[in-house]
Amino acid sequence: MEDVPVVELVAKSPCAGLLPMTVGEVTLSEVDLGVLTSVAPFKGQRKAASEALKEAHGMALPAPNRATGREQARAIWFGRDMALLAGPLPDTSLTRTAALTDQSDAWACVTLAGRPAEDVLARLVPVDMRAAHFKRGHTVRTQIMHMNGSITRIGAESFLILAFRAMAATLVHDLKQAMEGVAARG
Amino acid sequence: MRLTCPLCGERDRREFYYQGDAVSLNRPSPEAGVDAWDDYVHLRDNPAGETRDMWQHEGGCGAWIVVTRNTVTHEVLGTALAGPAAGARI
Repeated sequence: MEDVPVVELVAKSPCAGLLPMTVGEVTLSEVDLGVLTSVAPFKGQRKAASEALKEAHGMALPAPNRATGREQARAIWFGRDMALLAGPLPDTSLTRTAALTDQSDAWACVTLAGRPAEDVLARLVPVDMRAAHFKRGHTVRTQIMHMNGSITRIGAESFLILAFRAMAATLVHDLKQAMEGVAARG
Repeated sequence: MRLTCPLCGERDRREFYYQGDAVSLNRPSPEAGVDAWDDYVHLRDNPAGETRDMWQHEGGCGAWIVVTRNTVTHEVLGTALAGPAAGARI
């Protein structure tokens, strides 16, 4: 085996060849969040799992519709009794109180940024994404056009959007169409 | 139509999947006998008034939700997360 030359394999990102893209004042770019791990606390272990997460990675388990941590290491609420740890390789101590599943290759992760980013999302998402209602650190599991996804506000004019990797081109297509619509309206 | 997910808040109907009568909260034990299982699998009440249905917030948090509604007035009276806390049949 040692004599056989090994081709150097290069990982292809979910939105390779599609992004970045700017339409009007809004820019859509792919983001590498690092390792993605779903953290699902065992029955009755929510508090212990939150403490373990805090000890290991510096942030508590997020309450529903909230995200904790910051760039490089976020915990995003991801559904009933589940959070997504984005960034670090999960510490093995977490396995005592929660079920961990590697999801790194499962999601297409993009950021939508620019003053009218809210208007773009308003065309696709059945939830109020305006700043008065949806502040930094807030997150939702909802639909983006017809797809299930996760949207988190990461800044005054920027959102982090996660959708299934297999649907990356659809995600980009739907967002592009909405961006063009908003740009055309001026 | 809007439904209030106990976790996510009020959401559009398009995010939800409808299963049917909330009978699955009261599954008989395997030894309950033929009559109990026949009732569980096939027989449904058709109430004029309050009834409970199972919905899944599949376009959101994924939780199963028990929705209480009135079949006469079409009023939605409340929602609760499915689980032990959802309690027994009305």
